[in-house]
Formats: sequence, structure tokens, C-alpha cells
Amino acid sequence: MSGHHDDGHTHEQNEAELRTKALESLLVEKGIVSTDVIDDVVRAYEQDIGPMNGAKVVARAWTDPDYRERLLKDGTMAIAELGFQGAQGSEIVVLENTPETHNMVVCTLCSCYPWPILGLPPTWYKSEAYRSRAVIQPRAVLSEFGLELDESVEVRVWDSNSDVRYMVLPERPEGTEAMSEEELVGLVKRDSMIGVAKIPSPAPAV
Amino acid sequence: MNGVHDMGGMHGFGPVLREENEPVFHESWEGRVFGLVVSTRVPGGGRPAIEAMPPAEYLSSSYYEKWLHAKTVALIAAGYVTQGELDDRLQEYRDNPGLKPKRVENLALVAEQRERMAGIFPPARDPEGEAEYLPGDAVRARNINPVGHTRLPRYIRGHLGTVDRIYGWHEIQDQDPPGVTIEGIEPVYSVRFEGGELWGEQAEPNSCVYIDMWESYLEPA
Repeated sequence: MSGHHDDGHTHEQNEAELRTKALESLLVEKGIVSTDVIDDVVRAYEQDIGPMNGAKVVARAWTDPDYRERLLKDGTMAIAELGFQGAQGSEIVVLENTPETHNMVVCTLCSCYPWPILGLPPTWYKSEAYRSRAVIQPRAVLSEFGLELDESVEVRVWDSNSDVRYMVLPERPEGTEAMSEEELVGLVKRDSMIGVAKIPSPAPAV
Repeated sequence: MNGVHDMGGMHGFGPVLREENEPVFHESWEGRVFGLVVSTRVPGGGRPAIEAMPPAEYLSSSYYEKWLHAKTVALIAAGYVTQGELDDRLQEYRDNPGLKPKRVENLALVAEQRERMAGIFPPARDPEGEAEYLPGDAVRARNINPVGHTRLPRYIRGHLGTVDRIYGWHEIQDQDPPGVTIEGIEPVYSVRFEGGELWGEQAEPNSCVYIDMWESYLEPA
């Protein structure tokens, strides 16, 4: 156990593990799936498909105005330009955060999330607390994430309930004017692309 | 379905708890469930099957437990496995804790799965007729309470909003009767609902919700 559940679910998790083994073994023996298909999917989402992809999209948008324009107009195709596409990302809409408007994304009914650029969602995104509260108390939720927004900033919560997937283009922090696209990639974190965080200015070099 | 999964606006679930440096999968079985879910294609086994779980079970199951449940139900319904086979196999694993599933490799299946997961399959279809609404139009979300799967959450129903944009014609996802997806396509709009309209005096200042609405969810305001 990695200690992520403190709700006494160890027994059920063992049960789930047994049930998973039983199902996998039967499907593999029947030729419906193969062991290496599952290995390959797991490896892809553990190693290749994650928020590091979205970070490249954001850094490109910050440094290339034409790309930013294409990204806001047709997110799916602009993201595919960088090689990111696929399941749960066949129509991606990119929402730009500005000093006046803050966008954040939730899926109240389920856990919809743009896999090709952000990977699989973190547990908090799938939690009852986030799904229930993001639409009614967005500022309170943001504040728990450490983001206090002035009342003059409009908060737009996007409830992702169709086949459209949403990604937030966060604001480029001040003090990054001299940074290269590659350096900027390193600044962009997952939560800023869900819209529950801003990207802090980098600490000045000592 | 007015289920417990439809939780937008509910109270009582506490603060949003986060885990620093969270792994993609906390336990290896979660990855196996994910792989099984995305690589086996059978009717059902998706969100409607999860939403049909008894509410207490839904709330006490983890994300991957829910998917394991839904996929198992669908695979049994499709005839790929029987409940009896699963029960027998489960007992074998209970009795032999060190036993592992037999390993079978199939590179052709790996290639096929990779190709499928990398594809872009846009939800928008060729339009059928004219869209009823235009950006800027005032609309009201209909007050519907279907027993089957729907993408119109309770907290939106009956409320006034404004069409922001149209995404094109997408397949209907609602089910009527439960388990049977309604055939056809409709325009899907992004519709903006002001916080005060949704939550009254409890609304936070200067906030709103954008949500995707199939045309049949809307009526003119």
C-alpha cells in the first residue's frame, strides 16, 4: 500500500485485485486480450502520456503567437501538430486564462479528462469533493489549492459532460521573458492546465 | 438517471484532498483494470453501468473498482465470460495467493490497440438540418428526469442560460429505456449559466458554469 487511501479499504482492494486477476486470466486464455496489450497500455500511460505533453503545448503557445491562435481556434489539430492525439482527445477545446478571466475544468457526472495532453486524472479530480463543489464553490475550491482570485476576476467553471475535452492555457508568469521554449516547458504543471492553479514566476537565480 | 453520480452542487463531501507526486496507478491491479477497460470492446460497460450501481456501493468503491465492476457486467452480458467461470477462477486465486494469470503475448493485438488509441475520431457528424439556436440566444434547460443515462445534470435543469458556441452535431448519449442509447445526432452547444441563476444567494461572486447541451436539453427562453 502506498498510503493513498486512509478509509480502511485494504480488504476491498485485495478483493479487487483478485477479481482483476480472475477476469484478466479468463480473457487472456480465451484470446480476447493478450497480456502484452495490457502491459503496453499501462506503460504508455505511466511513461509517455501525461501532463508533460500539455506542458509542451502551453510553452509553444506562449512563444509562438500563430500557434496560440491555431490552438484556441482548433485545439485538437494544433495539439496533434506536436504529436499528441488519441483516446479521450478527439475534440479538445483550449480555454485561455487571462488577468480578467479564470477557467477551470470539472466533470461532475464522471471524470472526463483530456488524456493525450494530461494523461489520466489525479485522484482528487475524480473525487466526490471536487466533482460536487467545483461548480457551486469554485472560489473556495481554488482557495484550498492555494489560489485566491480577486472578485473582479470572472471564474468560469467548465463541466465536461460531452465528448468535448477541455484544457486550460494558463497565463505565462512574469519574469519568464528571457526563457526559451524548452525552459518554459519545465514550468508548466498539470494543475495549471486543469485551471486549479496559476504558474508562479520562477525564483530569481541566486 | 437521478443517481448519486450526479453530484454537482452537493454538500457534505468535505475538502478536496490532494496527494503530492501521485503515481498514475497506486496498485498494479488498477493498471490491469485500465488496460482491460480500454482494450475490450463490448456493448455496455461504460458510465451507465457505473451509474446503475447501488448508491452506497458507488460511493464506497474506488474509481478502478467501479470500472472493474462495469466491465465485468458487460463482458458477462456479451457472453465473453460467465459468472460461473469468474466465480471458479476467483476461488482458485483465493486458494492460491501466489498464482498469477497465464502470460500470453500477441504483438498483432498490441499494434491494433496502439493504432486505435492513437486515432482521432471527431464526435462531430455531418449536420442534419438547421441548428435551432445561435450564440447569444437565451435558453432554458428543460426539466427532464429520465430513468436512463443522461448528460443533463440536475443542477442545470430548469435554469436559464445563454448559448456561447456550437460544437456541431454529435451522437445522442442518453438512454431510453435504460440500457438502450437513443439513436440520432443533435447539435451540441456550450451554454453559459450564471452562478446566481444556479445557486441563488449562495452563489459565489462573479462566477458561472459552462456546460455542453444537446439541443433536446434546451427550450427557448
